[in-house]
Amino acid sequence: MSDHEERAPGRVTLSREDVIYVARLARLDLRDDEVELFTAQLRTVLDHAADVAALDLAHLEPSSHPIALQNVLRPDEPRESLDRGEVLAAAPEVEDHQFRVPRIGGEAP
Amino acid sequence: MSTALALAAEVRSGRRSAREVVEESLAAVAASNGELNAFLTVVGDEARLQADAVDAAVADGRDPGPLAGVPVALKDNLCTRGSLTTCGSRILEGWRPPYDATVVESLRVAGAITIGKTNMDEFAMGSSTENSAFGPTRNPRHPGKVPGGSSGGSAAAVAAGFTLLGLGSDTGGSIRQPAALCGVVGMKPTYGRVSRYGLVAFASSLDQIGPFATTVEDAALLYDVLAGHDPLDSTSLPSVPEPTLASVHDGSEGIRVGLCRDLVDGCSPDVAARVHEAADALAGAGAKVEEISVPEFAYGLSAYYLIAPAEASSNLARYDGVRYGLRVDGEDAAAMNTATRTAGFGAEVKRRVMLGTYALSAGYYDAYYAQAQRVRTLVMQAFDRAYESVDVLLGATAPTTAFDLGAKVDDPMAMYMNDVCTIPSNLSGHPAISVPFGTGDDGLPIGVQVMAPALGEAILFRLARVVEAHAPQAAGS
Repeated sequence: MSDHEERAPGRVTLSREDVIYVARLARLDLRDDEVELFTAQLRTVLDHAADVAALDLAHLEPSSHPIALQNVLRPDEPRESLDRGEVLAAAPEVEDHQFRVPRIGGEAP
Repeated sequence: MSTALALAAEVRSGRRSAREVVEESLAAVAASNGELNAFLTVVGDEARLQADAVDAAVADGRDPGPLAGVPVALKDNLCTRGSLTTCGSRILEGWRPPYDATVVESLRVAGAITIGKTNMDEFAMGSSTENSAFGPTRNPRHPGKVPGGSSGGSAAAVAAGFTLLGLGSDTGGSIRQPAALCGVVGMKPTYGRVSRYGLVAFASSLDQIGPFATTVEDAALLYDVLAGHDPLDSTSLPSVPEPTLASVHDGSEGIRVGLCRDLVDGCSPDVAARVHEAADALAGAGAKVEEISVPEFAYGLSAYYLIAPAEASSNLARYDGVRYGLRVDGEDAAAMNTATRTAGFGAEVKRRVMLGTYALSAGYYDAYYAQAQRVRTLVMQAFDRAYESVDVLLGATAPTTAFDLGAKVDDPMAMYMNDVCTIPSNLSGHPAISVPFGTGDDGLPIGVQVMAPALGEAILFRLARVVEAHAPQAAGS
């Protein structure tokens, strides 16, 4: 991956390597032609965002939400939950009333 | 064509049976849905059962609810227990949720009849409904044009007369823009006013469910049914909603309207002309109209296309092939996750997930994501300033009329520009509505947008009703 620190906000050029790296983080496998296409398309979007990246907004607090969120608590009382059989019926693979997955990397098979 | 309000009154009084109404709706879908592709799934048997239950309530003298017997189209990102819910994606093809969305339950209690699930851009990412894995929806006003998106299926279902009401979700304009392009009413409520329990998440700080209808009055009727607190949604507002239907005909006398130049000037000349005519009509109806400028809105699009993908990249991490939906095998869990997501997601979803992952990644977080959140603050403050001098804002909903199928699919930025007028209200969480107001030079519908401050739904519908009352007759009607 290329060196981020040398890039000033608003002057970022997304590289092919960036796209490959980000796709790996997002668990996506891209063909070579898709890497080319997505690099060009994402670059266009980020170039458009350069107007925002270049604004001096240090005096403003970031807003993560349109309303002030509050913690929502409720009494810890037992109540009906989703039907286990119905939930598991939607799963790709089930064993012994549990979701079955392939081995996690590094484990013995 | 009847309205939902009139139809429900007929069903409630026993003059018409809900069963007959539902059969008409199902027949209309059977006749033309093949061409339009508005519905992905039709639930005829369930609809008939629901209709018979409404008719039984009427016969027994029980109250069947304010939407008794009214057919409704549901966007396919609303969970319906036991019925297919795809979000327009291969990754959820065949999935049947184990629970109903709260709005689905609200509709049932109100006596409405769900006819089916409507087409949409995959995971609500798009402005044309062409990003659906199950083929595009066509605009009922012109089969060569897109219906807008992402809730294009619901907009088309209402525009085609399949149903009188529809539900969509609006993250950056996904109710209002297709409403404008299809010539129907589409409204986004205040963030948190309608429960999102059972709405498949796209960008959680922006998503909101809202109504489609053929009239402003019907949209208010449906909104009143949907609005309210839900303990199952932690972002749901606890206050009791103000009813809107009762005041929808109260007019615009003395209300201060800000004609927002920034949401008109960049639009095509015919769209701009209709917005100015709507402003003149409001002035003629007693509103105090002034032109105002909110230049900060210009930054909304860029901020949105960083914030929404960032949230989407996080929300869509749940599609890992483990608990529901598609699984493509791999030699270990990571390979299975990657193979599943690679096969299950379409190009636009991949673009946005990667864009969001990038914007959140080390080295870019401050430059992009945090900066976009500061722009969000900037836009929210700009709204607050505008609402010091006016009660509502007026602008275009979409910069152009419906465009050709295929015209923008290869140019994401051109597609994103469709949302430029609708995004500010998502960033601020404020309510907004699109009302059909005449046609463009091409004869296709144009929508005028009314925006109001948080929880200003009542005044929003009132102003929208005045706009509607002064709309030029649409071609062909």
